[in-house]
Amino acid sequence: MSYLSIRNLSLRLKKGPALLRRVSLEVAAGEVRGLVGESGAGKSMIGKAVLGILPPAVEITGGEIFLDGVDLLRLAPRERRRKIGATAALIPQDPLTALNPSHRIGPQITDRLVDILGWTRAKAEARAVELLAEVQIADPARVLRQYPHELSGGMRQRILIASAFAAEPRLIVADEPTTALDVTVQKQILRLIAGMQARHGTALLFVTHDLGVVSKVCQRLSVLYSGMVVEDATVADFFAAPKHPYSAALLAATPRYTDPSAGLNPVPEAVIAAVRAEVAAFDKAHHG
Amino acid sequence: MADLYQVENLRLSLADMTQRRAFGPATQVEILKGLSFTLPRGSVTGIVGGSGSGKSTLGRALVRLLAPSSGAIRFDGVDLAHMTEAQLRPLRRRFQMIFQDPMSSLNPRHRIATLIAEPLRLHRFDAIPARVARALDQVGLGSAYANRFPHELSGGQRQRVGIARAIALEPDFILADEIVSGLDVSSQAQVLNLLERLVAELGLTLAFISHDLSVIRRLCQRTLVLQHGRIVEDRPTADLFAAPEADYTRALLEAIPLPDPSQPWV
Repeated sequence: MSYLSIRNLSLRLKKGPALLRRVSLEVAAGEVRGLVGESGAGKSMIGKAVLGILPPAVEITGGEIFLDGVDLLRLAPRERRRKIGATAALIPQDPLTALNPSHRIGPQITDRLVDILGWTRAKAEARAVELLAEVQIADPARVLRQYPHELSGGMRQRILIASAFAAEPRLIVADEPTTALDVTVQKQILRLIAGMQARHGTALLFVTHDLGVVSKVCQRLSVLYSGMVVEDATVADFFAAPKHPYSAALLAATPRYTDPSAGLNPVPEAVIAAVRAEVAAFDKAHHG
Repeated sequence: MADLYQVENLRLSLADMTQRRAFGPATQVEILKGLSFTLPRGSVTGIVGGSGSGKSTLGRALVRLLAPSSGAIRFDGVDLAHMTEAQLRPLRRRFQMIFQDPMSSLNPRHRIATLIAEPLRLHRFDAIPARVARALDQVGLGSAYANRFPHELSGGQRQRVGIARAIALEPDFILADEIVSGLDVSSQAQVLNLLERLVAELGLTLAFISHDLSVIRRLCQRTLVLQHGRIVEDRPTADLFAAPEADYTRALLEAIPLPDPSQPWV
């Protein structure tokens, strides 16, 4: 049984267009699933729906989100928050805005453990030191007393990774965690996330627009277009031969420095027209 | 003259934001540590490096948004390095910049046509509406977009507006600072293909700042690699990719995740 199982999840803007169209996907314990697509395809919305942090303007119009066998959408809000808080965590995109600039690092990691999970302050602090060491931060005790502005982007992202793993979640949603970083730091951070995920056996939902990153850290992926999953495949199968013309075009658009003639091919108009027609047909079939 | 830019021993210091003193002048930190290179007319040069390497500072010095502390920046034979703002003003039209984030570089309250017209007005061009229409046409947006606001456009379209704004002034040189890093791959490809075509058609000289070597590989004939404010490699792009000389270039190349699961990361 998959740790996270999303079935036919549909979202829309209140009184507006659909954002997700019957999205189904599974993530097993210890597995990494990539969610890829262009901006606006709905990939971040899936992660937000799972963590119960959808913007107020978005409503769920159908479907189920099973976390650890429990359908989150059937729980009362309070119970749902407790279930998510105890079992899932987020690694956000932008390490600068995710950390409060006026608070020291320490409480930003430990407060959640103390206030929500009921740990003692001493236990939470010991855990924070242990985690910062695990994300390869030298002198964790000193860093816990520092403010976010005193640290580099890479350091801040390490802290958010440590913070995400703090309560030993069974599921982590990583929402474009390296977009704000340069390539050499990105590589360190991705290896760190992959290493921690493997050691802790966490299920990981990895939102990214970079197929290169997917090929390095994920075992499976879902390709989204306009809130619809157009392909669900293992990484090995997908990169050998993508099945959907849109996902094939997305792969062809990804630059490769090893081959100057490859990449930088925009998704052809005909492919866009075909996948839009698919979306339109879907809407027609499901809304009469 | 074959070189549009001749940069010699360029040094630039800025106030150190990590140190703060209660009294006296701010501590200075040297960002660019003696750079020398040329940009031949009509060339497309990539400038790469990690964060903090000085690539954006170098770009801003080239278009004199920042003043160097020493050295020369000769543009078409004239040294810009120590000119006053008044001396620079008549020259500014000739070197333009396209910014990374069009959402913050385009005034959200102005319509696209106004955004493109504004710099034309500042530089006292005539026949502004015709020039705006032509620039929109050149970037593939067309007159339908003239009356829209930036938020009504996609990221790729906004970046086209940035390009239109720059080329409308008929500059000699364009500096593009990470202009596709916020876009998804398909829009990235469209914007880069457009830029490549325009540079060739209009005979522009382009410096393209990026941390993405895959993009540089496709677009630039020559590449400067910056690390800690120094040039560690300056070679034709094909040579640099075939056999990187600097360890730092090699590290940058190896850090790029190729879309290929059979190539593991070392």
